[in-house]
Amino acid sequence: MKKEILSGNEAIARGAYEAGCRVACAYPGTPSTEILENTVNYKEINSSWAPNEKVALEVAIGASFGGGRALCTMKHVGVNVAADPLFTLSYTGVNGGLVLVTADDPEMHSSQNEQDNRNYAKFAKVPMLEPADSQECKEFTRLAFELSEQYDTPVMLRTTTRISHSKSIVALGERANDLPEPKLIKNAAKLVMLPGNARVRHPFVEERIKKLSEAGADMAINRRELRDTSIGIITSGVCYQYVREALPDASTLKLGMVHPLPQTLIREFAAQVDKLYVVEELDPFIEEQVKAMGIAVTGKELISLCGELSPGRIRTAFGLQQPPADAGDKLPGRPPNMCPGCPHRGVFFALNQLKAYVTGDIGCYTLGFMPPLSAMDTCVCMGASIGMATGVSKVVSAEEKKKVVAVIGDSTFLHTGINGLMDMVYNNSTATVVILDNRITAMTGRQDNPASGFTLMDDPAHRIDFPLLCKSLGVRHIRVINPFDLEQTKNVLREEMERPEPSVIITDKPCVLVKREGVFHKGPVYEVAVEKCTGCRACLKIGCPAIEWRPAGDGSKKGTAFIDPLLCTGCDVCRQLCKFDAIRRAK
Amino acid sequence: MNNRITNILLVGVGGQGILLAAEILSEAVLLAGFDVKKSEIHGMSQRGGCVVSHVRYGAEVFSPTVPEGEGDILFGFELMESCRSLPLLKKGGAVVANDLRIAPPSVLMGQEAYPEWVTERIRERFPDFLLLDGQKLAGEAGNVRAANTVLLGAVSRRLDIDEQYWLQAIEKMVPKKAVEVNKKAFLLGRSVDWSKP
Ligand SMILES: Cc1ncc(C[n+]2csc(CCOP(=O)(O)OP(=O)(O)O)c2C)c(N)n1
Ligand code: SF4
Ligand code: SF4
Repeated sequence: MKKEILSGNEAIARGAYEAGCRVACAYPGTPSTEILENTVNYKEINSSWAPNEKVALEVAIGASFGGGRALCTMKHVGVNVAADPLFTLSYTGVNGGLVLVTADDPEMHSSQNEQDNRNYAKFAKVPMLEPADSQECKEFTRLAFELSEQYDTPVMLRTTTRISHSKSIVALGERANDLPEPKLIKNAAKLVMLPGNARVRHPFVEERIKKLSEAGADMAINRRELRDTSIGIITSGVCYQYVREALPDASTLKLGMVHPLPQTLIREFAAQVDKLYVVEELDPFIEEQVKAMGIAVTGKELISLCGELSPGRIRTAFGLQQPPADAGDKLPGRPPNMCPGCPHRGVFFALNQLKAYVTGDIGCYTLGFMPPLSAMDTCVCMGASIGMATGVSKVVSAEEKKKVVAVIGDSTFLHTGINGLMDMVYNNSTATVVILDNRITAMTGRQDNPASGFTLMDDPAHRIDFPLLCKSLGVRHIRVINPFDLEQTKNVLREEMERPEPSVIITDKPCVLVKREGVFHKGPVYEVAVEKCTGCRACLKIGCPAIEWRPAGDGSKKGTAFIDPLLCTGCDVCRQLCKFDAIRRAK
Repeated sequence: MNNRITNILLVGVGGQGILLAAEILSEAVLLAGFDVKKSEIHGMSQRGGCVVSHVRYGAEVFSPTVPEGEGDILFGFELMESCRSLPLLKKGGAVVANDLRIAPPSVLMGQEAYPEWVTERIRERFPDFLLLDGQKLAGEAGNVRAANTVLLGAVSRRLDIDEQYWLQAIEKMVPKKAVEVNKKAFLLGRSVDWSKP
């Protein structure tokens, strides 16, 4: 058998391929993004980026109803967006198997919260599998498709960042070729969820969960491992690995299915060990249910509700090790920064100068909140900037209203920003919206979107015309600007902020990482003429990583700026800040 | 086989090619017949933040991350980041670091200085320390960009993995036209005499 080292995400894509999956649809989001970036390598799977998670799930639902196996993937907060179809999909069930991957992010390595999406499985009454390494990612994906069809239910597969982004050895298999051909079958009683039909489906859903819980006792993925029986630990996912590392002698009940819980198996295991624990990240999801079964168990008394676990944290919780004493040396931090030549930089520089109150959104541009740009005041969830700008404007004074600007990226605007803009026009908000159109979904690693002109499968596609879209929503003042022209950027912003009507400003320079031909051009690089540089530090105020302050070295505060020619993209922004003409194109 | 796990940490700054080095290492270990796990966080780190990659191998590996204070070797691509990750190493662990300083934003903006003492601090706490000018050696091998591979060669001396597996892993993971240079760079690093103090 062929073995490869795969990440959890690569293994899920492989599992979908082997399961005969035909359609994969997603909206990118760390740590889930690479699943679709890998399904696209299998020509048998139609892979696509949807504008948001709700649409992605709806596409998958359609594919399933049509009889094909469908995969839908998203980061944990994406399920909030897709929750509406999910909860009723639980009632309709499926035709072709449907697997929804939720990639959770304990520790918030790249997320705005660390919600525990196991709760969604319970809430929506659907089964959830949780793999503990890449081999299981592949196997559980396959199994999830089978369970989905067998029990007529969508199946959720939950990973966490450490599972999605860790690599381990996977044995590859073949693609299933014995699946029925998809075709249209009408079945309103199952697929049209109006009250009359839904009332019939609800008892089915309750019965289904009961059956799954009973079947769970015999599922190989729920595995009892008896070692020293003085301690028994119920655990799942990556926590199982940490437990094996930290407490190698303890007995474990490793749950591959975390919802519904296999109650019989839990009772048996509890009876076999002297003291029972649950080790789980985030919420006491398993613990509370075990307690509700009337079984004494220890969990969150020992283990934090916050952040991700590690072998060390578990050892400390079980009193086997002191928390690490060595905190290391105090060193300058290394926060992420926008790239040299990033088109977002100039906009935030101008907003800072205009002392705007910026309702922000999520993307690379969220880094605009950091010094020295320091020009973002809020960030809640994708698409929130526009609605919040309207809301803030409703309560503050007429003078303060003029300071309110919503800033949103192209992908985020298409994700859930359009509705906010519709509301602004409809309800006469006076705020200003800036759409940062950098031609890509950059934050998550350069994915195409409906405004980039290409699909995930690399086919040319229609490019959304932002001015036209905004016009059709009723926005009367739409300005397209070059964000590398600081003067223009600042003037247009000032004018539109003053205007007591909704207006939209669209920037039109691409992300420097766009690889597609004819989009991003690296210009001639810039240099500092040392003889002219007075060391005023004005150019440092845009925080370009290509510009470095070089101290004179005589102990004084004097020094000069230096531009790293390997990093500079020639965007021209720093030149406009130098009053002494010390920055120029390198010869 | 006893289940002694070898724990390696690769640390540096986003964009330095840490992930590729970790992939070559993992691949060599796989070819040598070990179980292996590799873990790192990407995401915000892509925009010039720090990157820490964990590679663990042995007969059976559980946790994908190296338990705190159990690292055997720290493979540093940048000095300050090497220093930052020292608490992950076990007592008496080894450090191979590239003699390279990349200024973080606060230093670029002249708000603080790059700490001069990082090299001394590493040596003081981990005497089993090899400081290499990766760029210079890579230049000798034919391409300054192969600095990581030179360092990987130096690290390889301390790992019980046959040379052939390393070379096969390089062939598999590196773009075709760069294979020869990288093999040369690897062997150059591997030839550096680096014995335990
Ligand atoms: C509901 C939800 N889905 C996905 C994400 C992950 N995510 C954060 S920002 C972003 C896209 C940003 O793209 P864009 O708005 O174009 O800004 P850019 O990064 O290109 O500047 C994504 C997909 C999220 N935070 N929330
Ligand atoms: S990836 Fe693109 S959008 Fe993100 S910071 Fe870099 S240049 Fe800006
Ligand atoms: S021109 Fe100036 S601001 Fe633009 S990338 Fe080069 S150094 Fe940075």
